[in-house]
Amino acid sequence: MRWFWIDRFRQFESGRRAVAVKNISLAEEHLHDHFPGAPVMPNTLIIEGLAQTGGLLVAEHGGFEERVILAKIAKARFHFPAVPGDTLEYRTTIDDIQKDGAIVSGTSSVGDRLQGEVQLFFAHLNDASIAESLFDPANLLAMLQLLGVFKVGRDPQGGPLTVPKSLLNGSQPH
Amino acid sequence: MATKEDVFSKVRTALVDALGVDEDEVTPQARLVGDLGAESIDFLDIVFRLEKAFDIKIPRGELFPEDILTNAEYVQNGRVTAHGLEQLKARMPFADLTAFSANPAVQDFGNLLTVEDMCRYVESKVGVA
Repeated sequence: MRWFWIDRFRQFESGRRAVAVKNISLAEEHLHDHFPGAPVMPNTLIIEGLAQTGGLLVAEHGGFEERVILAKIAKARFHFPAVPGDTLEYRTTIDDIQKDGAIVSGTSSVGDRLQGEVQLFFAHLNDASIAESLFDPANLLAMLQLLGVFKVGRDPQGGPLTVPKSLLNGSQPH
Repeated sequence: MATKEDVFSKVRTALVDALGVDEDEVTPQARLVGDLGAESIDFLDIVFRLEKAFDIKIPRGELFPEDILTNAEYVQNGRVTAHGLEQLKARMPFADLTAFSANPAVQDFGNLLTVEDMCRYVESKVGVA
């Protein structure tokens, strides 16, 4: 099982904001346990999707050279359950970003209905030995391409987002 | 120039947002760890919020000098040495270290900082009227 909790990026503005979608389907195994006969997308996994949307934005800002991890969920509020057939749109904005972390705000919506609101804190993992096994440049690049980051991505000047060198050469940055 | 009330109000907002506590829990005497439930990652979050709220830069380790507590020169058998206490006092003029000095177990250090200490620290950065 691969840990993808977004399906595709719709917008990706370097250093600023990103929009991604998650289509909820009855084919997802986990929904049949949560709950039997009444499938509901777990809000924890909606937070994970928002963290992937925002976390990749934070990581891209650092040229994917920092190991960005979700360190804390400062706020999470949900207004109604998301169910199979819903398309969740995740919008994330970087509120603050520094060399040791970032604060990201995010919303989850179904159509024009606000489903959830979060504020996330990302930190950088310093332990290189853990980082090495968790972040492989080739896998990361494949994931970014699968999610369409470079199709919709814009750099800070508004030009197309390019694949960073640290991921292209296939070697570990640092 | 900010007033003490301005500083307290913004510090309170930062703590409410970072720690998910109610406004009335954030009293000047409340301890960040013991009373408000702050964990280590929260301190970095709080630093980010204070920097933004007051438009200041907070050098890492200034508000919470962890480097002293992990330095063998200043800690022996889980307790901060007299030399270490001098360092802490010099680095944390905004905090009241009297009680900690009486029994300086490293494990209790995290429970030292109060909301009032944090306000004093910010006041030293922004200046107060």
